[in-house]
Amino acid sequence: MSGPSTYVPKSGFGRWMDSRLPLMRFAHDTIITYPTPKNLNFWYAFGAILAFMLGIQILTGIVLAMHYVANAGLAFDSVEGIMRNINYGWLIRYMHANGATFFFIAVYIHMFRGLYYGSYKSPREVIWILGVILYLLMVATAFFGYVLPWGQMSFWGATVITNFFSALDQIVPHLGSAISTWLWGGFAVGDATLNRFFSLHYLLPFVIAGVVGLHIWALHVPGNNNPLGIDTKGPQDMLPFHPYYTVKDSFYVALFALVYLAFVFYAPNFFGNPDNYTPANPVVTPPDIVPEWYLLPYYAMLRSVPQKLIGVLVMAGSLLTLAFIPWLDTSKVRSTRFRPMMKQFFWFFVIDCAILGYCGSQSADAVLNLGSFALPLVWVARICTLYYFGFFWVVMPLLGIIEKPKPLPANISQPVLSAAE
Amino acid sequence: MAETTAPEPTRRDFLYIATGGVAAVGAALAAWPFIDQMNPSSAVLALSSIEADISSIQLGQQVVFNWRGHPLFVRRRTPQEIAQSKAVPLSALLDPVARNANLPDSAQATDADRVINPEWIIVVGVCTHLGCTPTVSTPQVPQGEYGGWLCHCHGSQYDVAGRVRHGPAPQNLAVPPYKFLSPTKIKVG
Repeated sequence: MSGPSTYVPKSGFGRWMDSRLPLMRFAHDTIITYPTPKNLNFWYAFGAILAFMLGIQILTGIVLAMHYVANAGLAFDSVEGIMRNINYGWLIRYMHANGATFFFIAVYIHMFRGLYYGSYKSPREVIWILGVILYLLMVATAFFGYVLPWGQMSFWGATVITNFFSALDQIVPHLGSAISTWLWGGFAVGDATLNRFFSLHYLLPFVIAGVVGLHIWALHVPGNNNPLGIDTKGPQDMLPFHPYYTVKDSFYVALFALVYLAFVFYAPNFFGNPDNYTPANPVVTPPDIVPEWYLLPYYAMLRSVPQKLIGVLVMAGSLLTLAFIPWLDTSKVRSTRFRPMMKQFFWFFVIDCAILGYCGSQSADAVLNLGSFALPLVWVARICTLYYFGFFWVVMPLLGIIEKPKPLPANISQPVLSAAE
Repeated sequence: MAETTAPEPTRRDFLYIATGGVAAVGAALAAWPFIDQMNPSSAVLALSSIEADISSIQLGQQVVFNWRGHPLFVRRRTPQEIAQSKAVPLSALLDPVARNANLPDSAQATDADRVINPEWIIVVGVCTHLGCTPTVSTPQVPQGEYGGWLCHCHGSQYDVAGRVRHGPAPQNLAVPPYKFLSPTKIKVG
């Protein structure tokens, strides 16, 4: 799709460099002339928004690491020192903490967009799988980062998550506990754990940046999908990436940054948990442990199963399932626009994830009062978990067979032209 | 029938495979220090035992000590609690194994095999589900239905012998290795 390079070096130095390391040619072909379908809408701006957020996180993170102390006795105070003493420390820390939240908001929209327009289907399976890997790396990075302030939620979140591995004891005795001890570097989450999590938290964003490179490389081979989900037919369907999409993406990045910074300045602790402003205490568990909002749906699935090993497997399975989507969806039509049944199941799925998130945010024994009828939330979570898996493993394969899609337009210009007539 | 005949292995083939094999073993050996460095250091292992004075603990009261970075529950049980715990048949338990480090692995989770002195239940206060600290149940502020402990994280319940009675926790609370140095002093670890 990228086609032959049209880069022409303009200066003598440019020609000299081009025959030795064609870096400018690569940048030119990737950012300037890359042919992009002309019908991409707002939802396609989230790739650029994600790149922007990754940049913000790395920049603010490097600065925070200059002032943070990864030691169980000093970490909490060093974070408070950043907030109170370091020049603009409050701003940089709030940008980083809220940056994680908005990074996840953007990635969820990006994922749902890919799901809606069938961007994972042939020939784009590898882009999707790299995306799933990126998402898992983001989850790991966010988890390690949340431990660093060494508050109560940091400590107990780390305890609960590292204990997931102890479920393996039910398959091979002592294996799981040995893994947990190995992760901790002690008999419990402690100083050794904090230090290694800091090391990994600093490392993983650069791994993410590397996989982003692969993700974009894999994207530029077949080219972008588009809201109609039909193949582009030639140059008449395309626009050069610059200036058309550089400008469009920049506009939405600015809009997104506006909302993000509104939280940084006016509600910096909106997404945080007040318990994390209490220093970690290894002998007192807070009454309600909740993960950060972006992991709540998975937490609800974990808690909906009353058996430890199966609960952990359900949670791991819910993440792993994402990697199989390209082969679970049997429909030849990419875009949900032309799939009347899929459209309904898709929006149910979005609502399902939101309800799971709500269930995860409530305490384990919460009850939903519907007038005279009391519904334990754990049952709501069970039904939603069933739909989560059902959507991917039953609905997706079956719909491709039984659904009658609407007729596809002949090319990506047709819907616009026929509307104008 | 077409027969495929592999060429006879030469001395050079043998050298390739032998060299590759040595390199693979060497790589595995070199990787081990990088894996093992994450395990508890000898300094951490050295802090593994504590002595605790339990003389001030009243009947029905629990005191929490810190052992190996974990909460250690030391609870002095009332005669009613002991009788209630002894009356529980093994068939009613989710985990029939004693999980008592002072006894062989095969010991059963009878009340007698969960304690050394029936008045004192001493367990590691780490929920066997995902590691939260369960909350103690008292007659004034009951936690769960079994009079022992309730874990607020995911709803597991334990009885007064620290045995799991309601999931998702898979195992009884662990009984650490300990002994009575005197009637009012214990050594744990």
